[in-house]
Amino acid sequence: MAGVTWRRITLGVAVVYFLVPLAIAVWFTVYNESQGFSLGAYGRIVSAPGFGESLLKSLLLGAAVIVLVLLLALPALLAVRLGAPGLRPVLETITTLPLIVPPITYVVGIANALRGGTDALAATPFWQTLISIQDEDFPVVLVLAYVMLALPFAYRSLDTGLRAIDVRTLVEAARNLGASWPYVLFRVILPNLRSAVASAGFLSLALVMGEYTIAALMGYRTFPVWIVTISGNDGQLSVALSVLSLGLIWLLLLTLSGAGRKAK
Amino acid sequence: MSALVKNRRRGGGAGWLAAAPLLAVTLIAFGIPVAVLVIGAFSVEDGGLGFDNLSATMREPYIGSLWSSVKLSGVVAVLGAILGAFLAQAVLTSRSGLLREAVLTASGVLSNFGGVPLAFIWIATLGNSGVVTAALGLGAGALYNFWGLALVYLYFSVPLMVLVIAPALDGLKPQWREAAQNSGASTWQFWRMVGIPVLGPSLLGGGVLLFGGAFAAYATAAAMVGASVPLVTLQIADALTGNVLIGYENVALALSLDMIVIALLVMAVYLPLQKRSSRWLA
Repeated sequence: MAGVTWRRITLGVAVVYFLVPLAIAVWFTVYNESQGFSLGAYGRIVSAPGFGESLLKSLLLGAAVIVLVLLLALPALLAVRLGAPGLRPVLETITTLPLIVPPITYVVGIANALRGGTDALAATPFWQTLISIQDEDFPVVLVLAYVMLALPFAYRSLDTGLRAIDVRTLVEAARNLGASWPYVLFRVILPNLRSAVASAGFLSLALVMGEYTIAALMGYRTFPVWIVTISGNDGQLSVALSVLSLGLIWLLLLTLSGAGRKAK
Repeated sequence: MSALVKNRRRGGGAGWLAAAPLLAVTLIAFGIPVAVLVIGAFSVEDGGLGFDNLSATMREPYIGSLWSSVKLSGVVAVLGAILGAFLAQAVLTSRSGLLREAVLTASGVLSNFGGVPLAFIWIATLGNSGVVTAALGLGAGALYNFWGLALVYLYFSVPLMVLVIAPALDGLKPQWREAAQNSGASTWQFWRMVGIPVLGPSLLGGGVLLFGGAFAAYATAAAMVGASVPLVTLQIADALTGNVLIGYENVALALSLDMIVIALLVMAVYLPLQKRSSRWLA
């Protein structure tokens, strides 16, 4: 009996704490005293200047980050299992680094490195490279930073996925039948890893769609940065955008976990 | 024998080759910025190296903001770990598959929800003109202080703890509990002598993750409290965006180094613990 009571209290407190702010936020966006019920705040999001542009930029960044994370992490993870176990501690260390270096300190380092690099390389052809990776429309430097931040999560979910399949047998069988390495990676390993890849993708995309610190301090107008600049003094709009970004994370999670589950 | 050794060596070489792109990108995208940061933190005005910047961060106002960040993260880690573990246990023992699924999905979403949108939602609820503030007649500033910030940080920390601790709670075998009951142990004795020791590493590991999350958080605090709660992340951002006196950029680098050292010390607790817990819960 006591067991039932503490469970009810715990769940009750959790429901109040987690759902009340959400309910209030939704109510706040659709109702105000002068106009009554209206979905106007959500309409204003779409018509706000820069909405499509910044959303598209963040989605592009997200796609690039997912592809790059998979291309970098998968071969390394396969190598650990296929004959280079000495790599494991190195990979564990690399994928722990972003947990130790908070984004705000990371961006301080990046900004200083870019400033110093641009000064030092001003007379060389590399200067052009440094400038072009800071391109406003598609900042490669941001992609690289997000890849580093996404690696710990992607690495762990891919590692868990690989643990469930017999990598060595699959690879040896495919190689003996004459498959090339890219074929092994894309047609043999990846299809067996669909749900791990989906969750790695979700975590990477959620990170890119929510990361504010690095983008804002480097002056890039990604979706999360746009949300803050456009909110200004329009309280209803800012809360509507918050509800929208929460909905976006939820949608991503549903889509990607659905994609992962279908494979089973 | 020699063929085997050769084969192994070749496999190793190919393995490192497969990991080469990852290592190269890490070296460039992570190694260079961190190296620049460390060198900058030790650079003094006359162009040499020294501890001037680091010792400046050990004085006011910087030391106060470091301490306040550590305190906030500690409070969030301890409260978040306890509340998250209770919530996870309540959900997992309810024997309702639907509730379990719903809570784990919601935890996945909320643990990824942060930044400025999180601040906006809480400002609408408990801000100076927030709905709950008005309904309960709370005064202005109820949210814009240390405990308000902790309350908001728990909104993503508790769900993260639920996700971290759920597999460990699932790993507590019912047989252990039955064995304890058959030997006459009370519920409290079971938890004190079996449950908590087995869960301990996961609980502490989760706490470390929560500490790291709260310690690194910047956007939520910037949108909510501005300067009313001094935090080290806010101070670094101020220095970076030129909100401070010229010549203090290197102090920002030194503060960043302080943050990394603190995170490193906390992480050093986590890694060995993770290994210990995986042994029991395999």
